Amino acid sequence: MDQPTLAPEKQLDATTVDEAIAYLRAEYADAVTLDDREGYGGVIVQSNRLVDVARAIRDDLGFDYLSSATAVDYLGAGDHLEMVYHAYRTSGGGSLVFKAQTDREQAEIPSLVPIWRGADFQEREAWDLMGIRFRGHPNLKRILMWEGFHGHPLRKDWREAYYEEDQKPFDNRWPGGQVYRVEERNVFGKNVTYPPDIDLGRLMDSSETAVYQSLGLGVDVERIMDKDGFETNELVVNMGPHHPSTHGVFRMVLTVDGETVTSLEPVMGYLHRNHEKIGERNTYLHNIPFTDRLDYISSMGNNHGYVLAVEQLMSLGRKYNPPTYRCEALRVMMVELSRIVNHLWAIGFWLNDIGAFFTPVLYFVQERERILDFFEAVAGSRMMCNYMRFGGLFGDLPERLKSVSNLTNDRVRDYNTMQFLTEMINERIPRTIDELERLLTQNEILLERSVGVGVLTREDAINYSAAGPLLRGSGVAYDIRRADPYSIYPELDFDIAVEDEGDMYARYRVRVAELRESVRILKQILPRLEATEGESIWADGKPGAYAPRVPHGEAYGRVENGKGELGYYVVSAGGRGGSANPWRYHVRAPSFINLTPMGIMSRGHKVADVVGILGSIDIVLGETDR
Amino acid sequence: MYGTGLAKGLLLTLRHFVDSYVDDIRYGFRKYHHSTDNFAVRQGTKTKGVITVQYPDEKVAVPERFRFVPFLIVEDEDHPTRSGKDWCTSCGICAKVCPPQCIWIVRGNDPNTGRPVPEPEAFFIDIDICMNCGFCAEYCPFDAIKMDHDYELASYDRTTHHIHDKERLSKPNSYWRGIAPTRAYEEMLARGTWEHKDAAKEARRGASGARASAPQPAPQAEVAAPAAASEAAPPAEASAPPAPAAEGATPWSEDDAKREERRRKALERKARRAAKRGQ
Repeated sequence: MDQPTLAPEKQLDATTVDEAIAYLRAEYADAVTLDDREGYGGVIVQSNRLVDVARAIRDDLGFDYLSSATAVDYLGAGDHLEMVYHAYRTSGGGSLVFKAQTDREQAEIPSLVPIWRGADFQEREAWDLMGIRFRGHPNLKRILMWEGFHGHPLRKDWREAYYEEDQKPFDNRWPGGQVYRVEERNVFGKNVTYPPDIDLGRLMDSSETAVYQSLGLGVDVERIMDKDGFETNELVVNMGPHHPSTHGVFRMVLTVDGETVTSLEPVMGYLHRNHEKIGERNTYLHNIPFTDRLDYISSMGNNHGYVLAVEQLMSLGRKYNPPTYRCEALRVMMVELSRIVNHLWAIGFWLNDIGAFFTPVLYFVQERERILDFFEAVAGSRMMCNYMRFGGLFGDLPERLKSVSNLTNDRVRDYNTMQFLTEMINERIPRTIDELERLLTQNEILLERSVGVGVLTREDAINYSAAGPLLRGSGVAYDIRRADPYSIYPELDFDIAVEDEGDMYARYRVRVAELRESVRILKQILPRLEATEGESIWADGKPGAYAPRVPHGEAYGRVENGKGELGYYVVSAGGRGGSANPWRYHVRAPSFINLTPMGIMSRGHKVADVVGILGSIDIVLGETDR
Repeated sequence: MYGTGLAKGLLLTLRHFVDSYVDDIRYGFRKYHHSTDNFAVRQGTKTKGVITVQYPDEKVAVPERFRFVPFLIVEDEDHPTRSGKDWCTSCGICAKVCPPQCIWIVRGNDPNTGRPVPEPEAFFIDIDICMNCGFCAEYCPFDAIKMDHDYELASYDRTTHHIHDKERLSKPNSYWRGIAPTRAYEEMLARGTWEHKDAAKEARRGASGARASAPQPAPQAEVAAPAAASEAAPPAEASAPPAPAAEGATPWSEDDAKREERRRKALERKARRAAKRGQ
């Protein structure tokens, strides 16, 4: 792997995105063309020059951070597959979007892993779900589906096992609603196909062997299992998928030399439900509650990213009113409260992982409970909030947290909403953070376990597309709220938490600092809420339509979620494929991409540290597997 | 000095430990008697720490906006003219906005004329599929479908119990006003009347002697109804005069012909799309 050139004098880092595009078009006139489709942006690169152009983008133009790499199937609209890359500068600013197209039948594009290691898992995902082969990828195999799965499920002509129709709403729901359960019509077992060479009768079939042999671990599994031929000191250990330390159904295949990890490969997809395919069947509105189920610890943030992406698209049209100030203030408040919940949870479970079993978690959970009570009172649900809408919100704050309809115990947790918020933000949450620090920050056991463990260098963090506390814990002051601001963040006063060490302890410190910064933001939100009391949350005073008109185009909405950069790449077909459903809906999941450097962070550490390192990344499987 | 951080942390844990006993003494050990009377002590705002709610003996009341599997509003038994009538007009919007598509509606037709009548013939919700998002209630233009507070729906047999039909789904209007008085009041303000939108419209039409083809039997006196219904509203708010809703303020056209036209066009678009994709 060649390292990015970091010498600033070589970078045209003062250029804007437009100037960068002009530079590319001048330097690579034969390979780079503007993407002039209606509502699209960026450039289309000839795939045979892609690696050269990408290197120029990284080294000459300074777009050192590859945020997202995903594929789109334009079946019926050019009949090609397209890889879309979003590159950013870690110094801040907008994205340089570049694309490469390929034929659907012989889909092949050069791999960008030599340029950005962060493209590794994302390209594997594109191969798995879209069937694009990446020339030069070091380990091109399926990542979310299993080896031997038939077909590439995100292609437009692939149909799921319980296929009903291409797009919702389905025809038989109204007016002649025929009630049946899908499994009655479409019997399980008869609705799936398998490739001809797979043997379902064998417990340990070729696909499972392939998992080990293609992991690049340098261990011959067959030989290890054969007692006579046992020659090596190294051992393959499976951690997970059913293991409490993996935070869900996540599996790591380790080779260990005694207690020391020599290599590690994450295996995922056990919670895969093809969220993106569901998203393309759904209408735009339908997707909002589905985003809750991604990172279910901070569903408010998930909602926010998605509505931002669709609002970007809607703003291309003629009739679009941006959200009101009160709406933005409420959104920011909800998202910051989610961040507090997320970080309390992340720190708590990380401590579980390194041995402080459940005492700290239970202390933190008290505040989390109160925040969730508040979410329930405002949005109707504790975790699956489904609170944000395009151009607005589900509802304004209620006057009181509980109902005026009385049950015997109803008054117990009843508060005036603004009083509750004031007390939470000014007293309870800061008190909990103080307590957390007193309990942990100088604790010698914690220091022993975490200082110098799981180090990710600054260069690697950028190159591996790490995001969130993982990136900032490695000394990169990159926070989307500041680097590429959205909502009302520009006018709010807060600092980016950053630590230089890059180890587990640095990530812990970043999270604690972010908790404090979130409280600082919330303290600024309170007077804004009081000042906008009575203002509508909808720009035109009434709720938005259930089927908003979303013009033709593409949008990439990204937010700084608790776990890192959460991005939604949404393509609207506009008039082409019916405007009610997104043509492409992709989630750039921080939990997924942050696992890319898991291997290099764990190498050389003990097995017990691997658990802690995974905890310090803070993943949620709902988002990792999608 | 090595170990001070650890000691500080342990002291904090010790404080939590002692605090729980201090609390016991303060409340005279009432925390451990699981009766409804002690709930306020056990779960109160001043209690230190988190104490388990002994479900199902004890339950935390849900907030008003809490949403669980939807139900349909039918008019109260004692309503003077519309007793037992559905608020649902089978317009189908809930089925369209439902993300997992768990709602099936059969539109009712008049047996004599064959024309659609504004009442569903059948209404099914598969509660195994429902994701409790609340869109159906949010986008219903007639306030006819609402999210329930009853979350205890577990049963031993999903094949027979988990598809709720119209009978199972229907609950009286007074039930909704009981579980969510504030929201019912806000909806009344938006509608301009405690009555169903169509009923109110019918009353106005009846007064001016308009269309005969309307499905409602007779013109009704709606004027007295708001006063009667407002008994269920919170007393402090009941004195506020109901603001008259702007007629036709709904973003949805209720004209059958237009809807049919839209549907035809949508089907055409769909067919064209399918053809284009070569399916």
